[in-house]
Amino acid sequence: MASGMLSTFLKRGAIWGFILVELIFFSVAGEKLSLSDKAFMDLDNMLLLFKQSAPIGIIAIGMTIIMINGNIDLSVGAIFALSAIVLLDTMTWPIFAGLGDWVIPVAWLMALLTGVVLGALNGFIVWKTGIDAFIVTLGSMLGYRGLVFVYNGENPTSHLNWTLVDFAEAQWLGLHTATLFLLGATAVIWFIMNRTVHGRNAYAIGNNREAAVNAGIRVGPHMMINFMIIGFLAALSAVVFYSESGSVNPNDGELYELWAITAVVLGGTKLTGGSGSIISTFGGVLAIQLLRKGLGHIGADTETVNLVIGLILIAVLFLDRQLNIKGKEELRV
Amino acid sequence: MPAITKASLGRFIARQGILIAFVLFMVGFTLANERFLAPENIMGVVRSSAILGVMALGVTFVVISGNLDLSVGSMMSFSTIVVLDLHDKLGPGLAIPAMFAMTLCLGALIGFLVGYLKLNSLIVTLGMLSAIHGLTLTYSGGKNMDIADKEGTWFSIFGQGEALGIPVPILIFLGLAAFLGIVLAKTPFGRKIYAVGGNGVAATFSGIRRARVVFSCYLVSSFCVATAGLLQASRSLGSQNTVGQGLELEVLAAVILGGASLLGGSGTVFKTVIGVLILGFIQNGLLLVGLQFYAQYVVTWVIIILAVWLDIAAKRGKLLSPIA
Repeated sequence: MASGMLSTFLKRGAIWGFILVELIFFSVAGEKLSLSDKAFMDLDNMLLLFKQSAPIGIIAIGMTIIMINGNIDLSVGAIFALSAIVLLDTMTWPIFAGLGDWVIPVAWLMALLTGVVLGALNGFIVWKTGIDAFIVTLGSMLGYRGLVFVYNGENPTSHLNWTLVDFAEAQWLGLHTATLFLLGATAVIWFIMNRTVHGRNAYAIGNNREAAVNAGIRVGPHMMINFMIIGFLAALSAVVFYSESGSVNPNDGELYELWAITAVVLGGTKLTGGSGSIISTFGGVLAIQLLRKGLGHIGADTETVNLVIGLILIAVLFLDRQLNIKGKEELRV
Repeated sequence: MPAITKASLGRFIARQGILIAFVLFMVGFTLANERFLAPENIMGVVRSSAILGVMALGVTFVVISGNLDLSVGSMMSFSTIVVLDLHDKLGPGLAIPAMFAMTLCLGALIGFLVGYLKLNSLIVTLGMLSAIHGLTLTYSGGKNMDIADKEGTWFSIFGQGEALGIPVPILIFLGLAAFLGIVLAKTPFGRKIYAVGGNGVAATFSGIRRARVVFSCYLVSSFCVATAGLLQASRSLGSQNTVGQGLELEVLAAVILGGASLLGGSGTVFKTVIGVLILGFIQNGLLLVGLQFYAQYVVTWVIIILAVWLDIAAKRGKLLSPIA
């Protein structure tokens, strides 16, 4: 029993331990190698870290629910791009010209609605046809990306609204707007997963879908709601990011699905479903961003980041399996 | 002779659905534009599908063995960059085997992780996608690679040459497809792949070494990727670091379209070739009809969903999923 608790604690705490190791390593290595004389653990630097984590982070939080469900969503990058285009394009529509700055909430609403609808479409197909979510979202990743290109060709879509930029660059207690959205999304989804029936059902379905069906959980609609949530979060991520930058390329958001999945897996969520934690995913997101920043800080080429993250992902998978095998052996004894 | 009932007709349509759809598309596009069936056009489509097709052949092996390979895109960038770089340093005669050796090493690494260490192939190849991308960028220093003397090298024969009036990429694609098709359908090794993918536990108990079979599948896949890299490099004689980015999912789409199940144990090389050709002809046909280039993605999406839906609906005998 005690060793079981220890192993649980190790798994839960592993990502935070990893973050700690990163912080120490980059601070010490930064003293010797860094070109700038600023310390790595500088407060502004850390606050910026949160802000830069936000786009992938908000998506990764949604990906956690999907993966706890035993599904996967490869189309988030395309949803991200399409919502961003809707956001920026809506603000230039003539019918909204009379609204002044009130066009902002309308544009936000349209963008978020786009995300929810695209997510619902994924979820509906998974529910009604019974095709594996991997294939459904692989297809819609192509399809939604196609829609992005059909919308505006290969041209960037641009529109700067200064009120919106001011809002996106604002700080509250030193936290950037994007950071607040990331923290807010994490808190809300944490609440849903840990304190509501919907959350409990999500774990049950991921654990054993047959059993969940027999227990009377309506699996189809449940999964569809989760796909709507991740669609909403992908759109929210786009809304937060593009309010500030004001210009979206049709290729934006490519590979975001892979980054988000990497963050979720680093946080210890199983691909097979049934287990995982929102807070650990948050840790996974921070760990990745810390690695990017840290490697830049000590003067490593930005290219090495990809190499290091790939190898760490495989190492985590290996360690996780070793831990699990141990757990099973103990069970047998 | 069994009577033709509604059920058996439905089963036939479901089983041969992809071929029927292919024929329907060809007829539709031909009616819309008679240039579609012109020999030059067909040759052009097959030729431009060759690189994707060669990669899809290898991925078919991996998918039948019950695993995934998401690293083929970035691995193809790696092979292309390496062979272009070594071309000027060692000469083409040495550069090609050296590149094949390096790519096979990457394949062996993935095969070791998935086969012998039994790690989840989705995550391993996802990690390798990122790692190999980093490796390529480090190798090239982030710069584009170009061959210095583009006129005076015989290296361009693989991508641009012709033999017997047929472009070399097509010959390589179809030749490799025929060879791998025979390996998969007619040899003990091929049967072992189906066994491992169909039921890994049963295969192990019947004396098949699962790890070795999975390992070999990744070797086949990386060999195909190296071939695709060679075609790509030879065709353009210069390349960006990201030439293969995103191809892994298009390749997978072609394989799924061909009817291979992601659960493993089913699929054939011939059907994958059909899947590749369907993607190529749809892209070409939509362009000839006058649609935008990117509309093909939307159409591909619809086709993938319909193809897979038809397939599993036929297996369970019901159109809609039984989950509430």
